[in-house]
Amino acid sequence: MVNRTPVIAVIGAGIAGLEAARQLKDLGYKPVLIEKAPVVGGHVAEWNRLFPDLSPAADLVQSLSKGAGSVKTYTDTEIASMGRLKDGYSLILGNGETLLCDAVLFATGFHLFDASKKEEYGYGIYDRVITNRDLEQWFNNRHDPRVANPKAVGFVHCVGSRDVKAGNTQCSKVCCITAIKQAIEIKEEFPEAEVYCFYMDLRLFGKKYEDFYIKAQRDYGIHFIRGRVSEVGEAIDGRVVVKAEDTLNGKPIKVTLDLLVLMAGIVCNPDAQHYAREIGVAVDEDGFLRSRDNVSSIVESSRPGVFYAGACTGAKTIPETLAEARSAALTIHQYFNKRK
Amino acid sequence: MDFGFTLSPSSAVNLDTVDHARYDRLVQLAPDALTCIGCGSCSATCTAAPWSGMSVRKVILCLQRGRDEEVDAMLSRCMLCGKCTMVCPRGINTRHLILTLCRLDRKGEVVR
Amino acid sequence: MIYQGKQKIWADYQKEIPDDHWFYVRSCIRQNFFPASEKYFLKICRDMLGRDIYESEHHTTCAGIAYHCDTIPQETAMTVVARQFALMTEAGYDNLVTSCITSFGNYVEILETWREFPELEEKIREHLWKACRREFNKPKYVAHASDLVYKLRGEIAERARFQLVHRATGEPLRIVEHIGCHYSKMFPHKGVGGAEYPCVLSGMAEAWGGQVIDYPERRHCCGFGFRQYFVKANRGYSLSNTHKKFESMEPYHPDMIITNCPGCPYFLDRWQYVISEMNGKTYGQNGYGIPALTYEELAGLVLGVDPWDLGLQVHQVAVEPLLDKIGIPYDPSRKYLGMDEKKIMTPGLPTTLKCC
Repeated sequence: MVNRTPVIAVIGAGIAGLEAARQLKDLGYKPVLIEKAPVVGGHVAEWNRLFPDLSPAADLVQSLSKGAGSVKTYTDTEIASMGRLKDGYSLILGNGETLLCDAVLFATGFHLFDASKKEEYGYGIYDRVITNRDLEQWFNNRHDPRVANPKAVGFVHCVGSRDVKAGNTQCSKVCCITAIKQAIEIKEEFPEAEVYCFYMDLRLFGKKYEDFYIKAQRDYGIHFIRGRVSEVGEAIDGRVVVKAEDTLNGKPIKVTLDLLVLMAGIVCNPDAQHYAREIGVAVDEDGFLRSRDNVSSIVESSRPGVFYAGACTGAKTIPETLAEARSAALTIHQYFNKRK
Repeated sequence: MDFGFTLSPSSAVNLDTVDHARYDRLVQLAPDALTCIGCGSCSATCTAAPWSGMSVRKVILCLQRGRDEEVDAMLSRCMLCGKCTMVCPRGINTRHLILTLCRLDRKGEVVR
Repeated sequence: MIYQGKQKIWADYQKEIPDDHWFYVRSCIRQNFFPASEKYFLKICRDMLGRDIYESEHHTTCAGIAYHCDTIPQETAMTVVARQFALMTEAGYDNLVTSCITSFGNYVEILETWREFPELEEKIREHLWKACRREFNKPKYVAHASDLVYKLRGEIAERARFQLVHRATGEPLRIVEHIGCHYSKMFPHKGVGGAEYPCVLSGMAEAWGGQVIDYPERRHCCGFGFRQYFVKANRGYSLSNTHKKFESMEPYHPDMIITNCPGCPYFLDRWQYVISEMNGKTYGQNGYGIPALTYEELAGLVLGVDPWDLGLQVHQVAVEPLLDKIGIPYDPSRKYLGMDEKKIMTPGLPTTLKCC
């Protein structure tokens, strides 16, 4: 064991990276945050409010980045390459610097599924088709004129999730509850609008999620239609015509909407796969990083000194991600204690 | 001209044109109908179901889809035994729902 | 509609279409339905654009109709197709171009099946050898004839005598494109533009001056469906599919429909008459129908071929209003003259649908 303070490279300054860096710093280590985007906060920084309490996403990002305030942070910085050393790892950063570290924490997060790949939904082709992220941006800045005063709005669950053809068979976990959150927010903005959620299964597993669902039904009159949207077309007035099966009824169903929101799912981050290969960390069949054990050691890789936090191992909610970030920090602490 | 065949009727439901006035009125009078999740417990336990196709789940769905004839046929078979009320996981007062519905005409007016 | 979005998808689904030297196989039914389409495909490619397209009088059906009607086993269909490949090989060609969409789908499906199950290909080679002592190479490229016309659309535009433009207003004609289901729904990457937004026909329409309209039921099948249409009692079901398409495209007031399948233009044309007789409804302007043309007929019109030489008089829906819109001259007295300039019979007029 080196006598100096161990250095831990934390890849990604989203919520997992920020929280883990803060914990590691508090435990007496020297974390270094490396973020390829110009700002920290990752996907959450692009969101407006968070389920289930509709708390502002900005507050969470602000408090997490404040916590990691004294941590050395590189933003706007890519990792050019990673390599294994005898007792640690070396990272060559895009700015030419080399970072030698004793451990690596993947906090690389996820990619939002590219909704235009589901060609039948017409994202990028039909004007009135937007994604969950586009709608969050509208909640943030109110710029997108396509959201103006809709009379009928649809939400399509599982876009790019649980879909062999989209190359992602996993459930993205957060979309059902996000759809309900956004549907409620749309009803708050436009109380007269009819709002439809098209779902395959509703997976509302988290704390307060079911309450949120009942609220959406009872207090907001949101219509839940069990059936996956099969096809979207454009009507002559620019609205979109949506086809699905009303599976509880066993009949095809069709509705014309002013706005269709695609709940783009969580898919693996190809950068994480690339770094993992460079230092010999295993990637699962689903494209996410492989944990040493999916029950007892989700934050550990099979390689000494390489750890995970958050959505790099699969779709996670924010509380799960934060819990994993803390867990990863403690696991890293134990790792160095054992090496003393 | 008789071609020996005709246009087939479509079974598709068009939500743009569906008349759900009766459903809208029902949920004003019995708001817990909104919380149905279509689990089918009510139909599974229904005394009348095996002989008549009665199903509270289907009643609520058919109302939403404007299929009033099916609703009326199902309601006419209900014996108001209340077993469905006992099993509903969402606590919907199905007896109240059925009785309320029986008082509404297809336009949603209270007629009884 | 975000046009650039479609362009992005089109860029993802471009297939390689060799420029020249093709072995051509015809459709079983198109010469009855649209008697000049295949002839003008050959004439345009060979005589006007100087391409080498070879045709053998020995080729047969691809067996696609029988396969889709479930009257022959797939191995039989494969052996029939293997024989076509043998004819192509014997003639010294590598590129196969088909007139029929279902043939195209059939060829592609068989080649893909053989790629997955090479032992099946070996078995078919054996069958073919036992049946007729022939051997074959698989084609290097399989294209539908509309792929080739799509590829040559620029050359056709350069030689065009007419634009798909409303002569009186200067506005582009409003064109509905309808793609045969077996073109790319089974194998999206085998079709130009993919399966959801194919550009094989829209590319032609736009290159020749027209404007393509996208309507909600654009992807819907015409209802041909083989087994369904062939049984009279089931025809209402086929008709209903076409009816659904017309109801959906009606608000856009299309000037014409172009198609690349044997069955679709036939249905989209003839069912307009049947619908008008059943419920009195017509979909074109002033009581006429919407002309449904094959892409070869359209290419011929653009290149200045006489409409009656293109066989447009056998369409149920009158094409004259369309010809007038574009400004294509025609001699009404020649409409029903046969090849020998003698009068063939003049059809009776429908009750409602206006015809010329």
